[in-house]
Amino acid sequence: MQKRLVLNQQQIQIILKRFCHQLIENHDNFENTVLLGLQPRGIILLDRIVEELENISGKKVPAGYLDATFHRDDFRRRDFPLKANETKIDFLVEGKNVILVDDVLYKGRSVRAAMDAMIAFGRPQKVELMVLVDRKLTRDYPIMPDYFGIRVNTLDSQYVVVEWASQGQPEDAVWITEKEK
Amino acid sequence: MSQLSTRHLLGIKDLTSADIQLILDTAENFKEVINRPIKKVPSLRDITIANIFFENSTRTRLSFELAEKRLSADVVNFSSSNSSVKKGETLVDTVNNILSMKVDMVVMRHSSPGAPHFLARNVKANIVNAGDGTHEHPTQALLDAFSMREKLGDLQGKKVAIIGDILHSRVALSNIFCLQKLGAEIMVCGPITLLPKHIESLGVKVELDVRKALAWCDVANVLRIQLERQQIKYFPSLREYSLYYGINKKMLQELDKEIVVMHPGPINRGVELASDVADSDHAIILQQVENGVAVRMAVLYLLAGVKA
Repeated sequence: MQKRLVLNQQQIQIILKRFCHQLIENHDNFENTVLLGLQPRGIILLDRIVEELENISGKKVPAGYLDATFHRDDFRRRDFPLKANETKIDFLVEGKNVILVDDVLYKGRSVRAAMDAMIAFGRPQKVELMVLVDRKLTRDYPIMPDYFGIRVNTLDSQYVVVEWASQGQPEDAVWITEKEK
Repeated sequence: MSQLSTRHLLGIKDLTSADIQLILDTAENFKEVINRPIKKVPSLRDITIANIFFENSTRTRLSFELAEKRLSADVVNFSSSNSSVKKGETLVDTVNNILSMKVDMVVMRHSSPGAPHFLARNVKANIVNAGDGTHEHPTQALLDAFSMREKLGDLQGKKVAIIGDILHSRVALSNIFCLQKLGAEIMVCGPITLLPKHIESLGVKVELDVRKALAWCDVANVLRIQLERQQIKYFPSLREYSLYYGINKKMLQELDKEIVVMHPGPINRGVELASDVADSDHAIILQQVENGVAVRMAVLYLLAGVKA
């Protein structure tokens, strides 16, 4: 199977640092800001960013995990239902600046569902989107990231695979692979 | 696996262990949902569900209705007391008439064992059994298992005593199937007249002495004496039943361990459970009711997700 490396460990580390500095620039001391990682894979990126932010600023930014399974628009339309994951948000987002964090932005449908799910925890002041990989040209909804690590041109016949060393992979990496026909 | 092996929930007997695990895991997610400020998700907004109750029910019906509403389904309610059933309409006709109004799922309670199975063979909708006579009450068993798992962790090897009127209890039968599939050991305990013949062939222990049963178990699931199903006398008097089989605080204090006390409701206070037990920290009766909504949400959600 064809497999192309898009980001290696070092590049991902640089991007994570950049993300943190961008967040600090835009959100000052995080007084009114919370981070929400999208289940299932956005939470790994979220955990890394929270850790990195703590290293840089010495502060632990409030963060939670958001699962949008019950808000998806493809329930009963896809072949197999998705398994739900844990939602862990021990604060209200009412009046807060919320940064949604996910690994790959593809069709934009997960983010739409996530925004729907987020509303159950209050009306946020402002919502931003942060993704490691922005797959342009494949969007179904008018959704654009505020922060992205890398922007790639991909086809629907391709996968973007994000691997994390913390999940048992040899090292952090982003690959583009061809779907098997 | 994220899909059930069946499109109806007729009884626990037809479910696989993987199905039960999937329902319980999904119920955990829904329990989080119903504790949010906004307790509603849009999953079933394109689904209409009819609750058809040919037998009285408060808890189960309310619980199903809340579960349906929190999944954003449209709900219609029907009870036989004010319906055309009284005019002699057959079950299949009644249900087909309801289905022709574009109803997708039917939740049914009926006094005849097997009624939901009959319906599943004859109509198109997904059927959920909310209790069929003395046969099964699958969602009660699932919520009991969920509540036990929440309290004790994995049920593998845990000891559960089901105490009371086993003969008339659909809860007992569904509980036995469900807990066995999750790896628990089961004992049934009650007066000999209220234990079905050959019950031990289901692989359960049989005990007549309630004190011995309490000493053996980690969980005591105490059943209601079904006053409405006692056409013949199975025991001399309620007073005598409560003397021999009623559980009170003193009996629990005499044990050298903490056990969990459960009851599917409605409680006959002072008969099978004394008030000092029903209201004590041992009892998780109200948690069971809360969990019922989450478990029923999981069942409806998962059934709706099964492709026809």
